[in-house]
Amino acid sequence: MKKITISLLAGLVFSMLLMQSCKPKNAGTAVNADAASKAYVAPGKYDEFYNFVSGGFSGQMSAYGLPSGRLLRVIPVFSVDPEKGWGYSEETKPMLNTSHGFVPWDDLHHTELSQTNGEIDGRWIFGNANNTPRVARIDLTTFRTNEIIELPNSAGNHSSPFITENTEYVVAGTRFSVPPDDANGDVAINTYKQNFKGYISFISVGKEDGKMDIAFQIKCPGVNFDLSHAGKGKSHGWFFFSCYNTEQANTLLEVNASQRDKDFIMAVNWKKAEEYLKAGKGRKQAVKYAHNVYSDKTHSATSEIKTEVTILDAKELKDICYFIPCPKSPHGCDVDPTGEYIVGSGKLAALIPVFSFDKIQKAIADKAYDGEFEGIPVIKYDAALHGEVKKPGLGPLHTEFDGKGNAYTTFFVSSEVVKWSIADLKVLDRVPTYYSVGHLCVPGGDSKKPNAKYLIAYNKITKDRYLPTGPELAQSAQLYDISGDKMQLILDFPTIGEPHYAQAVAADVIKNKSVKFFKIDENSNPYVSKGEGTTKVVREGTKVHVYMSCIRSHFSPDNIEGVRAGDEVYFHVTNLEQDWDVPHGFAMKGANNAELLIMPGETQTLKWIAEKPGMYPFYCTDFCSALHQEMQGYLRVSPAGSNVPLTFSTGKNYPKADSTVAAPAK
Amino acid sequence: MKKLIITLSASCLFAACGGGKSDADKAAADPYDAQKTETGNPSYDPNRGEGKFTKVDIPATLDAALASTGEKTYSVKCSSCHKLTEEKLVGPGWKGVVGRHTAEWIMNFSTNTDAMINKDPKVQAMLEICLVRMPNQNLSDDEARALYEFMRKNDGVK
Repeated sequence: MKKITISLLAGLVFSMLLMQSCKPKNAGTAVNADAASKAYVAPGKYDEFYNFVSGGFSGQMSAYGLPSGRLLRVIPVFSVDPEKGWGYSEETKPMLNTSHGFVPWDDLHHTELSQTNGEIDGRWIFGNANNTPRVARIDLTTFRTNEIIELPNSAGNHSSPFITENTEYVVAGTRFSVPPDDANGDVAINTYKQNFKGYISFISVGKEDGKMDIAFQIKCPGVNFDLSHAGKGKSHGWFFFSCYNTEQANTLLEVNASQRDKDFIMAVNWKKAEEYLKAGKGRKQAVKYAHNVYSDKTHSATSEIKTEVTILDAKELKDICYFIPCPKSPHGCDVDPTGEYIVGSGKLAALIPVFSFDKIQKAIADKAYDGEFEGIPVIKYDAALHGEVKKPGLGPLHTEFDGKGNAYTTFFVSSEVVKWSIADLKVLDRVPTYYSVGHLCVPGGDSKKPNAKYLIAYNKITKDRYLPTGPELAQSAQLYDISGDKMQLILDFPTIGEPHYAQAVAADVIKNKSVKFFKIDENSNPYVSKGEGTTKVVREGTKVHVYMSCIRSHFSPDNIEGVRAGDEVYFHVTNLEQDWDVPHGFAMKGANNAELLIMPGETQTLKWIAEKPGMYPFYCTDFCSALHQEMQGYLRVSPAGSNVPLTFSTGKNYPKADSTVAAPAK
Repeated sequence: MKKLIITLSASCLFAACGGGKSDADKAAADPYDAQKTETGNPSYDPNRGEGKFTKVDIPATLDAALASTGEKTYSVKCSSCHKLTEEKLVGPGWKGVVGRHTAEWIMNFSTNTDAMINKDPKVQAMLEICLVRMPNQNLSDDEARALYEFMRKNDGVK
């Protein structure tokens, strides 16, 4: 009996201890009662913000509404998307062309909204391809990828696609230094120090049309460039890149790139680089990279392989690049809204260093250097330092700002977001994340004018937060209300995988510009059918072009005969609808690619090989009307060499015909 | 009797967290706790750690066959991060490890990893150096014991 009492007591003590440890996690205590109402957006009501979230290894970008966390759209960018025909239709295939040929997948890490005067202007959003280095520009009137440019001399485009305050440039940097494209890459890997270089790309962006062009590349020492942010306001004209692996290791970087006490943040004076470029100090280098542009008039993409880029050498042109020592493998490199403070986050550090732009300028003027690294001056740490946030947490990664003098930094290892004051470097508040947070986003949080009502944390591990789904669990974000002094968790919401950086903007900046449909009069696709009367089927040798139209709820033509086995059939489908929210789909039995999803006023083309004789139905996949289920057609395939004439029709009810006798042309 | 204690503790636990098992798991998985418990926890035994092993009988001499079984587990599940020397790779080198910790501590840590990362002062100090939470490799009790025998062999037990 006594024993039982003891065990009872022990059990109680044990449970009380546990109670303490699980207290902050309990739904009833970690989440305030008003959280639900704060995240609630009533049915039929719009959200307050758009949240553009990178899709990581899905290669896509997604748009969510905040504060509800509702998924609005997945925008295909670097990966094929059979649902939307992206990368499958003849019109979109060129968008995924590269110097390596057609690449159907990539890894999109960061999103950046275009800015004017340091404020989000809602015109475009950029995304980076981390694997086969590219930058994409998405038009926010159509939510479609309109341009993709490849980057020569690069591998692992991670420090991208961050922009200058008037979107003069979008930058890219090489995470994996490699031998330059015009050098022999067939060298021993352990010749890293001699042969491997890091290139930073400055891509100019057309003021009106957003067209991208590589203005210049800066040749830098071989290290891993990680993240970047532009100066703004007083520091406009400068760009800051974090870099690690200054050990220049080429194996087991997990250990070997973590040896030095300090790596660097590289400050780039891009205005100076522009001067050198103008003065002809650049060297032309022969390279190969793809530049792909989608037109909303032809509704198709073109891919051009470009062959030259201009290089500025940071070692020779002394006053473009400066290294600033930054503790322990810096990851995030974030500039506050005033442009004065640059926050470096050493992912292995137990402090956050904050650098001062004014001090950096003074250090350069005074030549307060600690020697050079590979020919580039290293500014003295203390000469550039505003101060350090001491013991903020474990594993600082990224910082965003609220425009009220506060910064918010994520801590991967200790799973928390910490709010601190930039001026006096004091920790003000901390909230747990579930779990292992990577990036965070405050609407406008990297611009001059944050709109700091919410903070969103993008987590790397969700473990027990959602119903289990086998070995791979839900990807997730968490929404915090940061309008008061204390951060308050108000919502968990799953995302497409894997969310890295994201940006958010007030819905008003974007929502009224949305294109509702494309004007059919302006459609200049060479295969457009402007009206049902212009639809036709044309044979060119073994190629058969079907000029097809669709409208609720039929295709024209919907009976096609005279196609022979071995023919290459191109269905050029024009959606004649001129109203919002009426795409039509087109699916063909046995097609080895995907469907088409054709927006109103648009023409899209599906290539289909008629492999063997038979009857092939096609139909509309996107539910369009009460008679959507009737929206179908047949294509008859006869043997090669058959004399069945090529005919096509819609709505012609011929008398029963002998199968060898063709129906008359309409 | 033992069963009764477990049942009682378990039921108290449910009541305390108000949500059942998932809340307890949450506490275990949450690295945020790592900071909260740095100040120490009087009921936590830093020599034994926390887990199912309360007393492990270790003979004076090496069980070579068991050590060789442990070596196989080491090569599959541990060697990516731990060297057999004193050198730190991702985690600390294993040389001298049986002198630094008790058998119970090592076997508890290797089977109840998350909970101990959140509670154990030595583990937390190591986390500040390594910054990678040791993954739970889901060792069976027998594997943990065999691995310990291999550690003994590595530390020169004959």
